[in-house]
Amino acid sequence: MATPTRTADEITRTEPPDEIQAVPVRHPGRWIAAAVVAVLIVALAHSVATNPRFEWGVVGDYLFSSRILKGLVVTIELTVVAMAIGIILGVVLALMRMSESALLSGASWVYIWLLRGTPVLVQILFWNFIAALYPTVGLGIPFGPSFIHLDANSLITPFVAAMLALGLNEGAYMSEIVRAGIISVEEGQTDAAQALGMARLQTMRRVVLPQAMRAIIPPTGYETISMLKTTSLVAFIGLADLLYSAQLIYSVNYKTIPLLITASIWYLAVTSVLSVGQYYIERHYGRGRAREAEPTLLERLRAGLFPRHADVKPLPEPPKMPEDHR
Amino acid sequence: MSETMVKAEEVHKRFGQLEVLKGISLEVAPGEVMCLLGPSGSGKSTLLRCVNHLEKIHRGRIWVDGELVGYREDGGKLYELPESEITQHRAEVGMVFQRFNLFPHMTAIQNVIEAPIRVKKRPKREAIASGRELLQRVGLADKVDEYPARLSGGQQQRVAIARALAMEPKLMLFDEVTSALDPELVKEVLDVMRDLARLGMTMIVVTHEIGFARDVADQVVFMDEGVVVEEGAPSQVLDNPHEERTKRFLGLVLEH
Ligand SMILES: Nc1ncnc2c1ncn2[C@@H]1O[C@H](COP(=O)(O)OP(=O)(O)OP(=O)(O)O)[C@@H](O)[C@H]1O
Ligand SMILES: [Mg+2]
Repeated sequence: MATPTRTADEITRTEPPDEIQAVPVRHPGRWIAAAVVAVLIVALAHSVATNPRFEWGVVGDYLFSSRILKGLVVTIELTVVAMAIGIILGVVLALMRMSESALLSGASWVYIWLLRGTPVLVQILFWNFIAALYPTVGLGIPFGPSFIHLDANSLITPFVAAMLALGLNEGAYMSEIVRAGIISVEEGQTDAAQALGMARLQTMRRVVLPQAMRAIIPPTGYETISMLKTTSLVAFIGLADLLYSAQLIYSVNYKTIPLLITASIWYLAVTSVLSVGQYYIERHYGRGRAREAEPTLLERLRAGLFPRHADVKPLPEPPKMPEDHR
Repeated sequence: MSETMVKAEEVHKRFGQLEVLKGISLEVAPGEVMCLLGPSGSGKSTLLRCVNHLEKIHRGRIWVDGELVGYREDGGKLYELPESEITQHRAEVGMVFQRFNLFPHMTAIQNVIEAPIRVKKRPKREAIASGRELLQRVGLADKVDEYPARLSGGQQQRVAIARALAMEPKLMLFDEVTSALDPELVKEVLDVMRDLARLGMTMIVVTHEIGFARDVADQVVFMDEGVVVEEGAPSQVLDNPHEERTKRFLGLVLEH
């Protein structure tokens, strides 16, 4: 039987179809896995809450104690300064590496090879004992007279040694990240900028680097978080950062576990804050790329917590036709 | 103004071992439109890039408005120009690319005012005012604050033309500027270029749009494998080509 063709008039009169109210497909495997994980979580939570050896009271006592907080400040300072050195050095090394001068690119290559090829702990120890290598540090003309003499022992305090070691080491890693970011920018961008008469540095600063940032920021975020944790190595040169402060306390009172938990809580808190910051910086440098502005973190969280409301959109309204088209 | 806007003499260009331009000589008078045709790989883009020194040539000379491109000649010796003089030369030559190459992190107006502010040191307010005017001229008055990703290909290409014009160039180079566009968007870009030609802009246009070349060009040059095969008025090169290679190429292009 042939279906009767509807007239345009009939089509305009039909109601929009009902919203879909389908019964969802069941996923038994997913339910079993979820049940197993739920049991494990409950068991873990129970043990953490009831095992007296966690000594949560002690954790509470030390969480905001002045020695721990001072250690936290040292850890944060060290992270910030080392990352700042690392990023600036990384840009310089990346530009050197891409330079047409064989000496510049070769020097950059050797630097990266050397600092990435040795453990950062070794580098921290080296800087700490640099006075054994260069007892005095002078400022002057190479192979000529020098004007300022300083005693390396007093100049290179453990903090300075840690800062230099971590920062110079980070520079080697950051340079590869920056270089990958710069390479990710299409060559047409440089062509267009140069065709407009922009100089090479202008092109780099105004056109290439802002776009390279999109590729540079995410790994830099991970580097920062990883730096925060790597700073704990300075315990080896006796610098009282967060971890070493905790160690100093438990070496006296033997409350090892609660103090390690205290330090961990602070590391976790700072990495969480860093992650949120990273999200917003990425959003900033993504501007002009996505066709729609990305949702903010809160909007994302809301969508994640209540996926049903976010995912299932009502069917689009059928196009309205003028009622009185006759 | 010099009597010839662009003069190329025996230009050779290699990439490694590959010789891409093998002795190109051309002349474009002020206000003239030259259309450059040729199969893929014949060296058309390379030639345009040599004109504003995005590529260095290995032999021959190119002059733009009477000035040698990229070098200074003194007592029979050539001296490379410093970057500041090369950028100054490039600032006077506009270039539009097949793939637009708009700066994606800047809005349309920011794209247009970037070089006038950074290179010509024009005051920002003045640059914005003339940038708006230019965007209006290419029919984008309502897209001033839009990012490139939210514009159609045709709109992006018109922003790119406005961006080049903002430097008040004395010569415009167009490299297959409609090849990446959907057919229905080609016309809006060609119309802008027609207007420019009518207003007396000197242009070198690499294109496969034979109709456009026939209407607008004063001179058509057909290139193949790094040499000029045939050149002359559009009626001659496009409608009565002498060379076998030109005939074959036009046959292929006009099939579409
Ligand atoms: N940067 C480069 N390095 C090496 N070879 C290149 C480079 N640029 C172009 N070539 C080569 O030079 C030749 C000419 O290229 P060109 O882009 O000038 O051709 P074209 O005529 O513009 O072609 P199309 O119509 O495909 O754009 C090609 O063989 C190409 O592979
Ligand atoms: Mg080309």
